[in-house]
Amino acid sequence: MLSVLLILVASIFFTGIVIRTKSLASGRKGPGIMQPVFDVIRLFRKGVVISETTSFVFQIAPTIYFASVIMAMLVVPFGQSAGVLSFEGDFIFFAYVLALGKFFNIIAVMDTGSSFEGMGASREALYSMFAEPAFFILMGSLALLSGHTSFQEIFAALHIGSQISYALAALATFVLLMIAMIESSRMPIDDPKTHLELTMIHEVMILDNSGFDLGLILTAGYLKFAMYGALIVNLFIGVIPYQYSITAFFAMQFLMAVTIGLIESFMARFRMSHNPQFIVALTSVSLLIFFGVLLILQKFM
Amino acid sequence: MNLVAAFVLLPFAGMLLIPFLKSNWKGIMTFVLLVINALLSGYFAIHSLQGESFNFVLPGSYVTGEIPLRIDALSGWFILIINMVFVTGGFYGLFYMKAYREQHNNLSLHSISLLIQHAAIVSVCAIQNSFVFLIAWEILALASFVVIIFDHEHMATIKAGINYLIQAHFSVIFLMIGFLWVANKTGSYDFEAITTYTASLPGPSSLLLFLTFFVAFAFKAGFVPFHTWLPYAHPAAPSHVSGMMSGVIIKIGIFGIMRMLLVIKTDLVTVGYIILIVSMVSGLYGVMLAIIQHNLKKLLAYHSIENIGIIGIGIGIGSIGIGNGNQVMATLGFAGALLHTLNHSLFKSLLFYTAGNVYQATHTMDIEKLGGLVKRMPHTAVLFFIAAIAICGIPPFNGFISEFIIYTGLYNWLLDATLLSLLVAIFSTAGLALIGGLAMLCFTKAFGVVFLGTERQKLPDTCHEVPFLQLLPMYALAAVILLIGLFPMEFIRLLSHPVSLFTASFTTHVNLVNINAFKALQPISLTAWIFILLVISILLIRKFALSHRKAETGPTWGCGYAAPTSKQQYTAGSFVRTYSKLFAPFLLIGKHEEEIHGIFPSEGKYHTYPYDEVEKWLIDSPLKANKSFMGRFTFLNNGKLQIYILYGVIFILAVLSIPIIYQNITTFFEFLKQL
Repeated sequence: MLSVLLILVASIFFTGIVIRTKSLASGRKGPGIMQPVFDVIRLFRKGVVISETTSFVFQIAPTIYFASVIMAMLVVPFGQSAGVLSFEGDFIFFAYVLALGKFFNIIAVMDTGSSFEGMGASREALYSMFAEPAFFILMGSLALLSGHTSFQEIFAALHIGSQISYALAALATFVLLMIAMIESSRMPIDDPKTHLELTMIHEVMILDNSGFDLGLILTAGYLKFAMYGALIVNLFIGVIPYQYSITAFFAMQFLMAVTIGLIESFMARFRMSHNPQFIVALTSVSLLIFFGVLLILQKFM
Repeated sequence: MNLVAAFVLLPFAGMLLIPFLKSNWKGIMTFVLLVINALLSGYFAIHSLQGESFNFVLPGSYVTGEIPLRIDALSGWFILIINMVFVTGGFYGLFYMKAYREQHNNLSLHSISLLIQHAAIVSVCAIQNSFVFLIAWEILALASFVVIIFDHEHMATIKAGINYLIQAHFSVIFLMIGFLWVANKTGSYDFEAITTYTASLPGPSSLLLFLTFFVAFAFKAGFVPFHTWLPYAHPAAPSHVSGMMSGVIIKIGIFGIMRMLLVIKTDLVTVGYIILIVSMVSGLYGVMLAIIQHNLKKLLAYHSIENIGIIGIGIGIGSIGIGNGNQVMATLGFAGALLHTLNHSLFKSLLFYTAGNVYQATHTMDIEKLGGLVKRMPHTAVLFFIAAIAICGIPPFNGFISEFIIYTGLYNWLLDATLLSLLVAIFSTAGLALIGGLAMLCFTKAFGVVFLGTERQKLPDTCHEVPFLQLLPMYALAAVILLIGLFPMEFIRLLSHPVSLFTASFTTHVNLVNINAFKALQPISLTAWIFILLVISILLIRKFALSHRKAETGPTWGCGYAAPTSKQQYTAGSFVRTYSKLFAPFLLIGKHEEEIHGIFPSEGKYHTYPYDEVEKWLIDSPLKANKSFMGRFTFLNNGKLQIYILYGVIFILAVLSIPIIYQNITTFFEFLKQL
């Protein structure tokens, strides 16, 4: 329960901080931190324009996408407090329920019959497919390390002791952060501020959404980012008391948002054709974590 | 006993009756007989699933010996799946075949073959005498062949049928080798003789025996590299037959492998690894090729290979679990495999029936020519959609439940493994995740291009939704798909007895519901309910929010371009272009391209033909080599009568000379025996 509340709170500020960092880095004052939330509220109040070519799929897709992110949020724990739902193998559910949302997003795009929105859909399907093995190997390594197979038990049992485990935590953070970037379509995979449809992934997919539906999609995006942030924080907080862990949570979310803002300010997006290589490289980083775990458990003997 | 006799006699009754009926009654008669036979066999199956096993011994003849019929929980589970698919398929077929009412004789043959096919496939699940098993197996292969080539006026159909027939007989050859091996050593055709024989056999020999059977059944199941008949046979057959083929005929291969795991006593760890690796390759290869197919039915056929792979992964985990003495892992593996068998027959037959609807309405299976069907065929679209989500293993439908169980099995293995098996386990997990991701790419493509967007080519005016009764069996399948997603525990309970057969070495009987590892399914079914409630409530809020705001329609955003045509839509080929470029080393895609040139541009063309790399190397190349070798002897076949008479004379001389060289022949055989 706690985790859901924390993610909700974090999601309110997260994107705002990213945008603020970016504007400060480029020498502008930039909008207030709450601006993304205001945008969404404004969208929820608007009417919608729906393309003539679309069917019912286009109308229900944003709802299901949003619901799938909420469902994924329910299984994310916070330190020793489990998520709303916690069961053996809940991380499998986490990955697959997010896939449900993606599935709907992609076919909603195909529903518009557009000449270039499908490009985004095709890329989204391909990239998220490549990211999946990395996630499963990472969770498998952590399960092996901790001897458990649910989010909460895994994170509660992770104790960072030796030097190898610091390295592992750093690598795991990197993998989760990159998966978060891929899933939320941020740099260096996708540039949310690009101006040309041909170079977009996520933005081109939602070109035809408006009003309430667009609001849902944007909100789901904010929640998703904060949710991955919560997962990363979980790697570190273990079983420390709440007063410290909650502070750590917000500090790390803030840090993450600033980092993302800085990355997006000083880095260019990868070439589209290089993205798959990058994402496959992510899988090998997860494999590195796996071998690290084997080292710790002395399985090579 | 009387029930068994009735079961065998009913298809014969059908054989005598059906040719004399009117066209529309032929189908109804077939369906009625199918239902009766399904009820007869279902009676045994349901009882056996509750732990009762049936044992009949038919007297047989001098040649066959006694014919034991044993229906245990494993047979029961498969018989129920078979009956479900045949009954829904038969009902769907009633309407699908309406277009062929004129072909009286062809319809009679088709109907009778369907009945025989059903009787044969159910018998295969029960017969435990290898001689009679082979006969039933052969009848099944022949009946399937006749059923496939219904549309035999097309050359492609006949070719696909013969391709199937030949490969089905490769399966028979391997089965014969296996059965003869045992019969030769023990003098008995009973399956129990295999158990006693292999128990005394040294490890490598029993492993070799198992592999012989595995190859035989792998041909039927469509494991890579024995799968090449499948992508031809499925598209060639009428859609209800494709659904049944993919739903159950290939599953009988899975049944065979599982039966042999029970019957043959061998090193289950090695066997498990072999099955796991072959399945992994099948799963990945199947879906990789499915993505690039342009023919909807061919795409679905390659997906069957993928799903057979997933089932195989479950079986592999299960056998390794038994071999390593890890009961939870074994239970999870076999339960996942058996449940996925049911799940796949549900959603795959549903997918083939929807493909049938599409074909009925548009007379094409080329997905590049379709589009926008959701507006003309909303029910078909929704049904395809449900099945597509289910086959990708996405919650809240049934595919997720079985894949979840298999994942849990893999992670369970991971927690208790040594170095080598750890590596296999982690790569299997990653592979399964990749299969899931690729399946999503494939089905977003299939659904998006066929049903969504706008029409890519002018569709016939007759293109509209099929009648309600035809949709009925499809909705029934969809309902079961959803039920398994919502109440997984009930179905897991049914699996207790079949899985206990495999884990008998640990405890006599376990109720799966009480096993800790399955407890996770309780919250999963809860999530399905929460999810549905959540979606409904958000949709209601949305409706309320939009009720007093402006909701208008407009054209799709086209970057300001004012006159887009439907040809500018994203096509199936372009949707998977990035993918096919990335995976190019594994794929074989032929291209035909005519560029646009000239001041007044000529017509441009771009066409791709996907082909199968395995087929090229394992089927085409040997055939080509064989053909060129045999071509050297065509001079013998020169059409001159005199020469043919000369051949006859030479043959007769050779036969006559046998007594002269008899001594040499016997010494040759003596020599062989000494080897």
